[in-house]
Amino acid sequence: MCLAVPGQVKDIFEAGGTRMGRVNFGGITKEVCLAYLPDIRVGDYTIVHVGFAISKIDEESAEKTLQMFHDLGLLEEELGGVT
Amino acid sequence: MKYLNEFRDGETAQKLFREIARVTTKPWALMEVCGGQTHSIIRNGIDQLLPAGIELIHGPGCPVCVTPLEMIDKALAIASKPGVIFSSFGDMLRVPGSEKDLFRIKGEGADVRIVYSPLDALKIARENAGRQVVFFGIGFETTAPANAMAVSLAAKERLDNFSVLISHVLVPPAMEAIMTSPINRVQAFLAAGHVCSVMGYWQYPLLAERHGVPVVITGFEPLDVLDGIRRAVIQLEAGTHEVENAYGRVVSFEGNKPAQEMLARVFEVTDRVWRGIGMIPKSGWRLSREYRDYDAEYRFEVSGLVTKESPLCRSGEVLQGAIKPTECPAFGTVCTPRSPLGATMVSSEGACAAYYNYGRFVNIVDMAIA
Repeated sequence: MCLAVPGQVKDIFEAGGTRMGRVNFGGITKEVCLAYLPDIRVGDYTIVHVGFAISKIDEESAEKTLQMFHDLGLLEEELGGVT
Repeated sequence: MKYLNEFRDGETAQKLFREIARVTTKPWALMEVCGGQTHSIIRNGIDQLLPAGIELIHGPGCPVCVTPLEMIDKALAIASKPGVIFSSFGDMLRVPGSEKDLFRIKGEGADVRIVYSPLDALKIARENAGRQVVFFGIGFETTAPANAMAVSLAAKERLDNFSVLISHVLVPPAMEAIMTSPINRVQAFLAAGHVCSVMGYWQYPLLAERHGVPVVITGFEPLDVLDGIRRAVIQLEAGTHEVENAYGRVVSFEGNKPAQEMLARVFEVTDRVWRGIGMIPKSGWRLSREYRDYDAEYRFEVSGLVTKESPLCRSGEVLQGAIKPTECPAFGTVCTPRSPLGATMVSSEGACAAYYNYGRFVNIVDMAIA
């Protein structure tokens, strides 16, 4: 139910006074309500749930997490190699 | 897809499994709150690859599963009224009411329509001015901003033929109820990442402190779930109970402010019955006074309903983590996703449906003995 999918904002427009946009999900484009993300720009990534963008993806944080995964266990492996 | 595939990498998953095994010295019981996380765990076999002694208790975070039976019966009563178009997310259609479900009455001639978004229901209302269009507004804090927006737009446009049957539930009061339950075994929470993307996680330090329970905000991809488990186990082993964010790319401490402002305007907190669990104080939202004209419960006369739950179904115990789905005698025999006795067998996020769909017909313990 709380499934939300990441996609990239392709364009932004107004429809009946509501901030809308088209979001690309790996090749499939859908119309999405952007009213809750007033600062999101074309090219940004967002998480979309039932037709609403609810959070802008923090790309820096994503990179940090992936780097942390990469570094994980490196120290132990090195120490393990010594003993 | 970017921000999906990187968080599904098999080699990194193995590394995280090794890390979890390295930091684990004692048995621990962790609850993943959200049904989406349960789905990810069972689908990817995460629970079967963890060190023996790390148990994942599946939480009540499946809105379809906990929508009270009385509300399903109300939906059925409203949808059966002549001239009504009843719209709903697809997974509500097979949820058993006392006697029927929405699919059944659709087959009998009721105009029940599946929509992807509440904005689609609004569109149906605009196109059918002469008919009453009702949307079944269920969900946790993740879905509530969408439903609130639909109501707000309807009021703005004076769409008088639109109304919503609201049954929203809130996650933090449920976590509180779990921790104070006499049958509780939960020692750490993997909190629901998308709920927190809307609400932030400023609500949790108090809960963590009061119950001495670590809370790790956790995402849904396999690596997200594994990192949540890793962080929770590290805390349990160290005897700490901090609130940690393992889903920083999506969740911030304060959450989505514009969405929270809309929620505060459109909804007000109410006591809510959770199917299979019972009444949890202040655990739901209903429409605020300002928007009550759009409340289907007020618009349509639906009272005098007598609810009847299946005597065989043990979904309440499953939802509270007291038993695993396979411990219910009805599981996979008289209760299947095609003819479910309880809502946990309906939604793809219900623990029973996840176990059934991924072929978990026996307990891991039983398999080990065999």
